[in-house]
Amino acid sequence: MNLLGLGLIGFAAVLLLALLLIKRKAPPSWRVLPALAKLSRAVDLSVEDGTRLFVALGRTSLLTPRGGAALAGLALLRRIAEHASLSDRPPVAVAGESSLALLAQDTLQAGYKSMGAGDLYQPTSGRLSGMTPFSSAAGAMPILQDENVSAGMLVGDFGVEAALLADAAERQGAFLLGASADLSSQAALFASAQEPLIGEELFATSAYLDPGTSHSASLSVQDVLRWLIVLALLVGAVLKLIGLI
Amino acid sequence: MRYLAVAIAVVTGVIVLLGYFLPALAGVQGTLLNWAIILAGVAALVGVFNLISVHWDKVRRREKGSVYSALLLITLVATFFFGIALHLGPDDPNMRLLVTAVIVPAEATLMALLAVTLLYASIRLLRRRTDVMSIVFLMTAVLMLAASVTLSFGGISPLNDIVRPWIQQVLALGGARGILIGVALGTLTTGLRILFGVDRPYGGS
Repeated sequence: MNLLGLGLIGFAAVLLLALLLIKRKAPPSWRVLPALAKLSRAVDLSVEDGTRLFVALGRTSLLTPRGGAALAGLALLRRIAEHASLSDRPPVAVAGESSLALLAQDTLQAGYKSMGAGDLYQPTSGRLSGMTPFSSAAGAMPILQDENVSAGMLVGDFGVEAALLADAAERQGAFLLGASADLSSQAALFASAQEPLIGEELFATSAYLDPGTSHSASLSVQDVLRWLIVLALLVGAVLKLIGLI
Repeated sequence: MRYLAVAIAVVTGVIVLLGYFLPALAGVQGTLLNWAIILAGVAALVGVFNLISVHWDKVRRREKGSVYSALLLITLVATFFFGIALHLGPDDPNMRLLVTAVIVPAEATLMALLAVTLLYASIRLLRRRTDVMSIVFLMTAVLMLAASVTLSFGGISPLNDIVRPWIQQVLALGGARGILIGVALGTLTTGLRILFGVDRPYGGS
């Protein structure tokens, strides 16, 4: 039995529960991520302008280990749906995997309902854009080009094909935030996206857009675990240096 | 009904998670994962109907690019007809031809286009974000290209033998591990939020 893994998950679960239950006196303060500040502004501007918001959730199945990135994308989509539910043009979400596309529809509908605008929800605003990475990108590019999109978000697990979407957004003069769990995609988005996010910043998108207790707690747990891992790496290096391991 | 969906999701998630650590739950975990795979297969079918619905809407409204939507619908129906109605399986040479003669060349074209797109994006990068990280990114890309290139007289030896392995195995590997640890922690906390029922990307609530 992998006791270390079970212990780490158990510790994270207890910490998350504790932070969820504790009511903080002051709002949490995080480091500034300029990309997410710009995203927040772009979302507000889009609602005012009556232009469309575009969210791509990637091409990974939730049955794979990379499903976490897709779940982070869905959490962001929920925030976007709540913000833009009363906009003239509803936000569009695309996915390169069927179950993810269905969850995108469900999430959009939930966002509309929570804002009391359930009747404005259109089922075609959650779309399957293709079944393979490149066909998915090719299916999503016309949305950026033809549907009056002013801001796009690529949040999920993409491959290098994400650069094609970033290029399409650039040609339309649309704001584009790129966040992927895949390393090669992060490199491609660093070069091509207007605002790229690196590594775990992907999981902070919804918390920065609309800080709620659960997302704040989640970020705090990540910080604690990160420091513990840093400490473990340093201790391991020292022990190795002095020949104890 | 909403609470029932949450309860089923949470209990299923906990069992699947514990199945990785407790051998006694491995059988139940396997069964649940098999059910999930079947559901994902059904979702693929529903996804195809979503694709049809979106593109049919485009054709009906005569939106920009509706010709391509019509083409997609026609080819989809034709493939379905040849695949199902004529009992041609996925291993049938005619069905395989669809993949090798249409999908593979189309995706290869997009891959080639991507190379040009990335080159162009790299050139635009300095205009968009002139900072230290952009300069380091571009210099590293150029250095790695120069080190990897095969010239008529062979590679550029010091770059190929010393610089490239050092960048790949020290800088890039170290950075990649750091990023992956961050992604893993993010995945862990996101998964826990779903397990606790705090985030519910299902059930329309």
